[in-house]
Amino acid sequence: MKSITKQKPFDEIKQQLDRFDRVYIIGCGTCATMTKTGGKEEVLDMKKRLEELDKLVTGWTVIPTACDEMTEVAIREVDGAIRNVNCILVTACALGVHRVSLYIEKPVIPALDTLFIGIEDSPGYFHEVCAQCGQCIMGETASICPLTACHKGLLNGPCGGTNNGKCEVDKEKDCAWTLIYQRLRDQGRLDLMRKYHPPKNYQVMPRPKIIKLT
Amino acid sequence: MASNFKQLLNSGKFVITSEISPPKGTNIEKMLHHIDLLKDKVDALNVTDHQSSVMHFPSLGGCQVIEERGGEPILQMTCRDRNRIALQAELLLAYTRGIRNVLCLTGDAVVVGDHKEAKGVFDLDSVQLLRTIRQMELGKDLGGNNLDGTIEFCAGAIVTPEARPIEPQLIKFENKVEAGAEFFQTQAIYDLDNFAKFMQNARQFPVKILAGIVLLSSARMAKYMAENVPGIFVPQYLIDELASAPKGGALNKGIEIAGRMITSLKKEALCDGVHIMAIGREEVVPDILEAAGLPSRVMA
Repeated sequence: MKSITKQKPFDEIKQQLDRFDRVYIIGCGTCATMTKTGGKEEVLDMKKRLEELDKLVTGWTVIPTACDEMTEVAIREVDGAIRNVNCILVTACALGVHRVSLYIEKPVIPALDTLFIGIEDSPGYFHEVCAQCGQCIMGETASICPLTACHKGLLNGPCGGTNNGKCEVDKEKDCAWTLIYQRLRDQGRLDLMRKYHPPKNYQVMPRPKIIKLT
Repeated sequence: MASNFKQLLNSGKFVITSEISPPKGTNIEKMLHHIDLLKDKVDALNVTDHQSSVMHFPSLGGCQVIEERGGEPILQMTCRDRNRIALQAELLLAYTRGIRNVLCLTGDAVVVGDHKEAKGVFDLDSVQLLRTIRQMELGKDLGGNNLDGTIEFCAGAIVTPEARPIEPQLIKFENKVEAGAEFFQTQAIYDLDNFAKFMQNARQFPVKILAGIVLLSSARMAKYMAENVPGIFVPQYLIDELASAPKGGALNKGIEIAGRMITSLKKEALCDGVHIMAIGREEVVPDILEAAGLPSRVMA
């Protein structure tokens, strides 16, 4: 699992930090490092840009995996540098922001937008495979999730907008249902294209999603 | 009261439908004019549902006007803007207002329209919407609850005979038939040989097919459609024919082409009727009918 992020427009970060002049920066050594949005290099770049705005950056750290519970220990270790700041700027995904906020009673500001949970196809190219709907149908759709890979999330075949295997909203993107068709055909399972998928249950797990797994 | 349109479809007559585009705003004069102009000249009138995802006066509102003025409306319903609760409620309202025909569509993507940041709903898809209608006709809503007063619609869908690849579209077509579609209005067709091939396959199903005729108003428009509208292929010879029209005569040439196509479709009995889309030029639909040699008709 990788949380795919991109940096917020700097003007937005600037506006959110408007009332704070002493800032500590926390990056993440896992997903945000891999996406080059919140690792050491990006944290140092952010530090430089904040200093150009006359902010005092009292320090920075890159926590190995910002979303896990070891973050508490990592934050305790840098307690001295954090004590006197007005806010923490986090260059991690929203899970990291959440985790950091559990251990620091100061405003925690995200520097990144969390886009999706995805995988890296080739260096720098990421794509969403699963929308985490809680009711997987990939067994019947040749391991391609139409809810995720089709722009409209259609469950019963392609819309009329598809053209030459591409999506009506973006000629660079594949039509999920054309891919599903081709793979099912090659697997000799085209009958599954004719199987009716009823309206989706959007309450498989009502929000807020909290579960105790034994 | 059953659908007049359904009776016509089953009568074996070559059926003509066209469509009305509601305004963006409350000035409905032009829409009323188009309705009055066309309601007695065609067998039924579709009203588009925020076509191309551009916010308009609603399809249901246009259909009510058609019904009130003695026309036969076909309610276009996309799944883009309403969840299953809103879609079912609208079907109830439509039925009580005398509307008896529904065209079930997935709907264009939100991002092609004029509210690009809106949430695309797509809670149901076109196949599920067709099945919803059939289930409600049996007196149950999608939640399995009893309805106090049911609905009855002649339900249709669309198909793109020129889609590439065609196979996934044909499977979806069959899924729509299976879901209860009684008629199909196709995406614009221009290549009659290709359409004949499509019809050969479609004929095995107990549904009526109305070929989509989109008026080509200029060579530029034809070229734009061919290059930008998915599922529409305009042969070069038609573009050349439009370009060869004398200055100011392209529209008349387009009317002539549309009329000619309708004549061929009818003469060769390729399909059960046509659906004429004049896209912003509704006032020339009677000219297309005349060019096709079709007598003005009065609703039964």
